[in-house]
Amino acid sequence: MILDGKVPSGPIDSRWDRHKRDMLLVNPANRRKFNVIVVGTGLAGASAAASLGEMGYNVKAFTILDSPRRSHSIAAQGGINAAKNYKNDGDSVYRLFYDTVKGGDYRARESNVHRLAEVSVDIIDQCVAQGVPFAREYGGMLDNRSFGGAQVSRTFYARGQTGQQLLLGAYSALMRQVDAGTVKIFARREMLDLVVANGKARGIVCRNLVNGKMERYVADAVLLCTGGYGNAYYLSTNAGNSNVTAAWRCARRGAYFANPCFVQIHPTCIPVSGSHQSKLTLMSESLRNDGRVWVPKNADDKRPANEIPEEDRDYYLERRYPAFGNLVPRDVASRNAKVVCDEGRGVGATGRAVYLDFTDAIERLGEDAIRDRYGNLFAMYEHIADEDPYKAPMRIYPAVHYTMGGLWVDYHLMSNIPGLFVLGEANFSDHGANRLGASALMQGLADGYFVIPYTLANYLGGAKLDALSTDHDSFAEAQNSVSERINKLLAVNGARTVTEFHRELGQILWDKVGMSRKQDTLHEALDEVRKLRDEYAQNVKVVGRSDDLNRQMEVALRVDDYMEFAEMLVSDALDRDESCGCHFREEHQTDDGECMRNDERYSYVAAWEFKGRNAKPELHKEQLEFKFAEVKQRSYK
Amino acid sequence: MNEISVKLRVWRQASADAEGKLQDYKVENVVPDMSFLEMLDVLNEGLARRGEDVIAFDSDCREGICGCCSLTINGVPHGRGTGKTTCQLYMRDFADGETITVEPFRAKAFPVVKDLVVDRSAFDGIMAAGGYVSVNTGAAPDGNQIAIGKDIADKAFDAAACIGCGACVAACKNAAAFLFVGAKVTQLALLPQGHPERERRVIRMVDTMEEAGFGNCTNEAECEAVCPKEISTAHITKLNREYARALLKLS
Repeated sequence: MILDGKVPSGPIDSRWDRHKRDMLLVNPANRRKFNVIVVGTGLAGASAAASLGEMGYNVKAFTILDSPRRSHSIAAQGGINAAKNYKNDGDSVYRLFYDTVKGGDYRARESNVHRLAEVSVDIIDQCVAQGVPFAREYGGMLDNRSFGGAQVSRTFYARGQTGQQLLLGAYSALMRQVDAGTVKIFARREMLDLVVANGKARGIVCRNLVNGKMERYVADAVLLCTGGYGNAYYLSTNAGNSNVTAAWRCARRGAYFANPCFVQIHPTCIPVSGSHQSKLTLMSESLRNDGRVWVPKNADDKRPANEIPEEDRDYYLERRYPAFGNLVPRDVASRNAKVVCDEGRGVGATGRAVYLDFTDAIERLGEDAIRDRYGNLFAMYEHIADEDPYKAPMRIYPAVHYTMGGLWVDYHLMSNIPGLFVLGEANFSDHGANRLGASALMQGLADGYFVIPYTLANYLGGAKLDALSTDHDSFAEAQNSVSERINKLLAVNGARTVTEFHRELGQILWDKVGMSRKQDTLHEALDEVRKLRDEYAQNVKVVGRSDDLNRQMEVALRVDDYMEFAEMLVSDALDRDESCGCHFREEHQTDDGECMRNDERYSYVAAWEFKGRNAKPELHKEQLEFKFAEVKQRSYK
Repeated sequence: MNEISVKLRVWRQASADAEGKLQDYKVENVVPDMSFLEMLDVLNEGLARRGEDVIAFDSDCREGICGCCSLTINGVPHGRGTGKTTCQLYMRDFADGETITVEPFRAKAFPVVKDLVVDRSAFDGIMAAGGYVSVNTGAAPDGNQIAIGKDIADKAFDAAACIGCGACVAACKNAAAFLFVGAKVTQLALLPQGHPERERRVIRMVDTMEEAGFGNCTNEAECEAVCPKEISTAHITKLNREYARALLKLS
């Protein structure tokens, strides 16, 4: 089936404005009659729930954590992009649009990206008005810095804690609506199924994580804002509770999952130190503004970093990409780190690390200036690595960080299930095959503050929704299927723990569906994932009860979903027989090792339909058209 | 680095209403580069393998920013060391054979949910009472319309850095939440955007704080000592001033 993204026609720079005029509205007095469920309270969820509450809708917001303020958007460090051109360095909406489409290696939907660039400027205004303490210049104006994949300074930031400050802004707006009575928060709830009645998304089934009770909630629309699936790889920079379950449960109810193989591996993370490792820590990309990446020229050079003279160092990014240098996009930086480590030139105990060196910047600007810019990041590095980065270069290595893939949505951010909207990292639409730095925060807030208020009204204004209660058969069926899954998992009582399985799954994905992929090893990965999934069903040991706070069981359900989802992820990587952005198929590279796209055959969104546990997922394509961004070989040289 | 072993005394409590007690565990083969929570993961993994109920504790980002961690280690919220959350503690800071007592953050307003998990929703209640600027989406002027000096922006950021973990409350013998409330009140009192609601905000937040069962501040600064973001008690002074100012202005 060919999918329709329902993109409006006409010139791209007025498309969204014109479409806003055409969309249906809901009268202010009628809004309180509509119930909206928002799952997830990160930037996308909190901003959506707050904005819809302000408009007068009846909102229920669900979070897996104990408070909306803890959602993982909080950990974003570097910044948020906006085409304000405050620096007078040639930025514009068009340039942000173009950089994002190019950065995504021409695999994003052009119209969505342009809309994103347009509303980026409103986001900054909104956040400033909320009291977000962005960095300022001495004259009182907002400060900017540069990020990878751009040649202008358009990144707004709040020290190294931009995500925290933006989330607290959205959370504050959300709590204001709680006080106003338009939003009710349901904390420590995990969505375990989507309820579809008469073809429309009408509610969710949750597990109360404190007492294990199943809870049913009915609504006129469901907004899924549950983030990405990076934790399928076990080790990632994601928080422990970030997971694919809510999205995957929607996929099992018929929502298409788009481009699952587009997984961003971030170049600057603290390297793995041992098998006990529970997560990886990101060092913000903003560090590449002042840090220089290098490895020794010779593989057998084992001297400490400070004893290696300039002439024996290889600043490989500056050498290979003189135009962008250390600020090449993430996929390019990661792949190059892997290449030099594969050549045996990696540093540190494991040889899987490269240096990120601030010596020159400290000499040029002084230690205080560097501390002012990155103080918290340097402190974080020192806590973890037990080494002072003001004195010795940081050691970094790529790690799974963000997922560009996600549930398929149309221009209205609605999935193929009417009434199910997907916002933020959980959808696929804006970043193509590689996300640029400081664009995730922008997208989460764009979707929540400035897109969904319009598109949801358009849906609710036109949808003919039957009266429905949680007594409806569709709720009973969903709840029973969840309970059945739980009982089945608890009954296995096998020999291996949930974590052991998760770690093994992560290793398969990292080795074979990581920074570099090829056909034969992808086939191996598929077999291994299937085998592991079968073993999981026979041999996992989940302790504790279902009617209790039971972390083992929570994770067991998530890992069960990762196992199913991983098969779709690998299938997607196999189907896409080209290299683009993060998806580097070794069979398709230029002579100097860069990605070789195949626009003729693969300029599409791969939207997969789940067809059952042991069936091959079915591929639906949405053809991508680039009328406003010129398609070319992506170059940062 | 050599592996070490530690003895743990961990607070186990089946549910909010159940009686709790400290239970002893031994963890062997601890690698010094492990984080404290990874050491607990290893312990839990062993318990799970033996079919025993694992120790419940809150944790999410594991990089010191989400504020989920709520462990009191050897009597100190987030354990020893300054400017760290529990997840930023490493086993290299503990001695071989050391006995480590692990309890939840304790306060009347933070009831235990299970084991080391506590309910801190009282903080959300305080935020709902005024920890915001009342501006609807879409109503904002240009971000550069109001100039804010770098020094003010930096001070506002220092206050806004609070992660809402509640260590300040757990460290205080009165279980006061003055540092938490003071940080938010200060942030919004410093910035021009917060001025229209300045008085209403501080009165409502302080009243809600008192209703939630938090105690009074007696200026002993235990809160500042354990704050993972090193938020200063100057914010409490500011809170008191803002409160007095609001009372005067509104009377």
